[in-house]
Amino acid sequence: MLLLKNLRPGGRHGIASGESRDAIGFAVAALNRLAQSDLLDRVGLRKQAEQTVFTVTRGGFRTATMAGRVFARAGQRGRVGRRAADAPSRGVFDLTPSEDEQMLVDVVTELATEVLRPAAAEADVACAAPGEVLTAANEIGLPLLGVPESLGGISEERAVVASTLVAEALARGDLGLAVASLAPGAVATAIATWGTDEQQQTYLPAFTGDDVAAAALALTEPRPLFDALDPHTTARRDGDDLVLDGVKSMVPRGADAELFVVGARLGDTNVLVIVEAGTDGLTIEADPAMGVRAASLTTLSLEGVRVPASNVLGAPDVPLGQVYAECVRLSRLAWCALSVGVGQAVLDYVTPYVKEREAFGEPIAHRQSVAFMVANIAIELQAMRLLTWKAAARAAAGKDASREIALARKLCADKGMQIGLDGVQLLGGHGFVKEHPVERWYRDLRAISIMEGGVLL
Amino acid sequence: MAINLDDPKKLVPLRDQAHQVAMNMLRPISRRYDAAEHEYPQELDLLAAMIDGLSESGASSGAGASGVKRDASADDGTVKNGTNLASVLGIAEMCWGDVALLLSLPRQGLGNSAIASVATPEQQERFAGVWASMAITEPDTGSDSASIRTTAVLDGDAYVLNGEKIFVTSGERSDAVVVWATLDKDLGRAAIKSFVVPKGTPGMTVERLEHKLGIKASDTATIRFDNCRVPVDNLLGSPEIDPAQGFAGAMATFDNTRPLVAAMAVGCAQAALDLTRDLLAQAGVTVDYDRPAVVQSAAAAKLLQLEADWEAARLLMLQAAWMADNRLANATEASMAKAKAGRMASDVTLSCVELCGSVGYSEGELLEKWARDSKILDIFEGTQQIQQLIVARRVLGLSSAELK
Repeated sequence: MLLLKNLRPGGRHGIASGESRDAIGFAVAALNRLAQSDLLDRVGLRKQAEQTVFTVTRGGFRTATMAGRVFARAGQRGRVGRRAADAPSRGVFDLTPSEDEQMLVDVVTELATEVLRPAAAEADVACAAPGEVLTAANEIGLPLLGVPESLGGISEERAVVASTLVAEALARGDLGLAVASLAPGAVATAIATWGTDEQQQTYLPAFTGDDVAAAALALTEPRPLFDALDPHTTARRDGDDLVLDGVKSMVPRGADAELFVVGARLGDTNVLVIVEAGTDGLTIEADPAMGVRAASLTTLSLEGVRVPASNVLGAPDVPLGQVYAECVRLSRLAWCALSVGVGQAVLDYVTPYVKEREAFGEPIAHRQSVAFMVANIAIELQAMRLLTWKAAARAAAGKDASREIALARKLCADKGMQIGLDGVQLLGGHGFVKEHPVERWYRDLRAISIMEGGVLL
Repeated sequence: MAINLDDPKKLVPLRDQAHQVAMNMLRPISRRYDAAEHEYPQELDLLAAMIDGLSESGASSGAGASGVKRDASADDGTVKNGTNLASVLGIAEMCWGDVALLLSLPRQGLGNSAIASVATPEQQERFAGVWASMAITEPDTGSDSASIRTTAVLDGDAYVLNGEKIFVTSGERSDAVVVWATLDKDLGRAAIKSFVVPKGTPGMTVERLEHKLGIKASDTATIRFDNCRVPVDNLLGSPEIDPAQGFAGAMATFDNTRPLVAAMAVGCAQAALDLTRDLLAQAGVTVDYDRPAVVQSAAAAKLLQLEADWEAARLLMLQAAWMADNRLANATEASMAKAKAGRMASDVTLSCVELCGSVGYSEGELLEKWARDSKILDIFEGTQQIQQLIVARRVLGLSSAELK
């Protein structure tokens, strides 16, 4: 019986599989199930809930991906695409951004302050980024940050440092909206960094024109102890095609995306595969999470999805497995940069708060237990920033940054979460309610070290 | 200008040279002088002479205790990687060898850093080559250094010092002691000045040496001053009591020396990390940087966390030194570096002992020694709590009266 099957404990509603239900438990669960069913709605027993953003806020609603624009094949198959040059390294220890980088940061900071922050709370509830935010991000050219000038982008050299600073500045406004804004750029950057001439000519025009395509880099899979270097999504060769099967989770703006880059295992190599939305077998499901909600997170299912074998991202200049590993690393680093921005937002917010909030006749900032928490936020945050910058500068210069990225990720995950935790704690009960943004930052900061893909430097 | 946090290319040879010295001169005698507390490590005389030679030839890039001064040359708008960076990189490597022996190095005392930080050019010249230790703490005054009771009273052409100083590193071995004393207890911080007191000055006596938890090779002395007359010219900096400047003069030393203590912590912790990584690899545990910590063994995950914290402290240390090289105010960053490095070194060295089990705990290895040596690094030149206080006041914009 279907109803009973649905009532079986294990893996759902946060109930571990070891739990068992007794008779009363079954009855209560059945009643609850009935209360939730749309039967009540059909007979008009309950007011239709207002769900303007039904598809993105409710899990369990699966739909085919949107068939978007037609990507006209162009360029030469298999030929190495154009590459941004490595940033020159002078060998001088320096913490000063270049003039161009600073200008970019100033512009993005304004966007984050004037547009992202005011829109953040509503976007978090709606699980969607307002059109104005995405338009503004596209107008600044965020999707093109990682695309070299020769391909219609804006950078002359590997823009890993610039992208790091931009991600940090954006997330200082809001993490969810930052991820929504940066998602298309992740795909553009991946194609620009590793694509063949054909892949670049076919897909990059969708990002360099006026009407920037929504797109998503899908690397995460929904299982405990997920290891990005061990994807269970498979790619199987069938003649000139690849057939993809698997599930990807935490895919930002998956419902709007016209293009995906999906991580999969091909034989014994990990590969990135370009998949156009609307391809048969591709379905999308809203999957709202604890945080990063404004990025409209989704789960992407691939069942027998057939793409040309030439859609494996990568050219003869870099082995495919290395392309995949590099992509995983640079995506992790992007999350580090984002965590620094959110951490800064927390510090910016709690600093005036603890000086204004009074208890026992004086500002709580006058107490060491409070003041030291703020000091530690400042110390660890700066350390997170320096580790992230070090890794970014190495990557930009074409040096191996795998160690530095791993260290940055560890520190940003641990200390970032502590900052989120302390941010709420410093506001006490007020931190727990949505009147203040610290509870959102708490939820957002848990994403660091869990998210793979979505953003890329 | 471009962001780059790798070690400065031009200082890499110096860093590697210091590493070789630490490995080949300090490590072989490290355990010996830990066991023989208060015995003078005579091997260091040779090493000190070598360091002087390198310094003279310019090959040491100005690294060392006196390297903490601010460069007075004209600002040509370029980014500097100077003596402060050279000093922290060199000291970290030497402390990878042995913290206590570094602290015992002739002419590399914290007093030398103080002289470099606040002395007039005439004094710099006069005290060049002098091995100077630093005397601030008193039996009743530790972190609260503004309330020291040692007095200095002007009498003709000399100041007369009276009081007792404890925890003077290299207090017995050094040629001179930089002593903090107050010209007028009623005038508070502004009246605190530092004086260079040469050894053998009548009225100055080394009373005893401490037996300690760690850094045993470094002598830690108690020094008493009884009507000890010091020439007026030995007052470092200006004799004016300027309430507006307050404590700033004396405290300027700390902005410069805290990154050095951070460097000691970074070096000591690196020693523990390097050996533990090696021992764990022999036991079949290695860290995979590309895999999430949660899918690796608990030991590997711990090692990853320790290394991340270590790297964090090291970069904060480099930041503080870089700011000093480029004449940027770095009081906050110096305290951040010291706070992070101090607690990191304790966590790293103690965790490494735990990871290595009885091998780590036994005197058969140096891991237990590093876990004892590291503790002082979270205490001297301002405890963890003092650093947090400084950072908190600066971040929150609160005075010492508001945030006590």
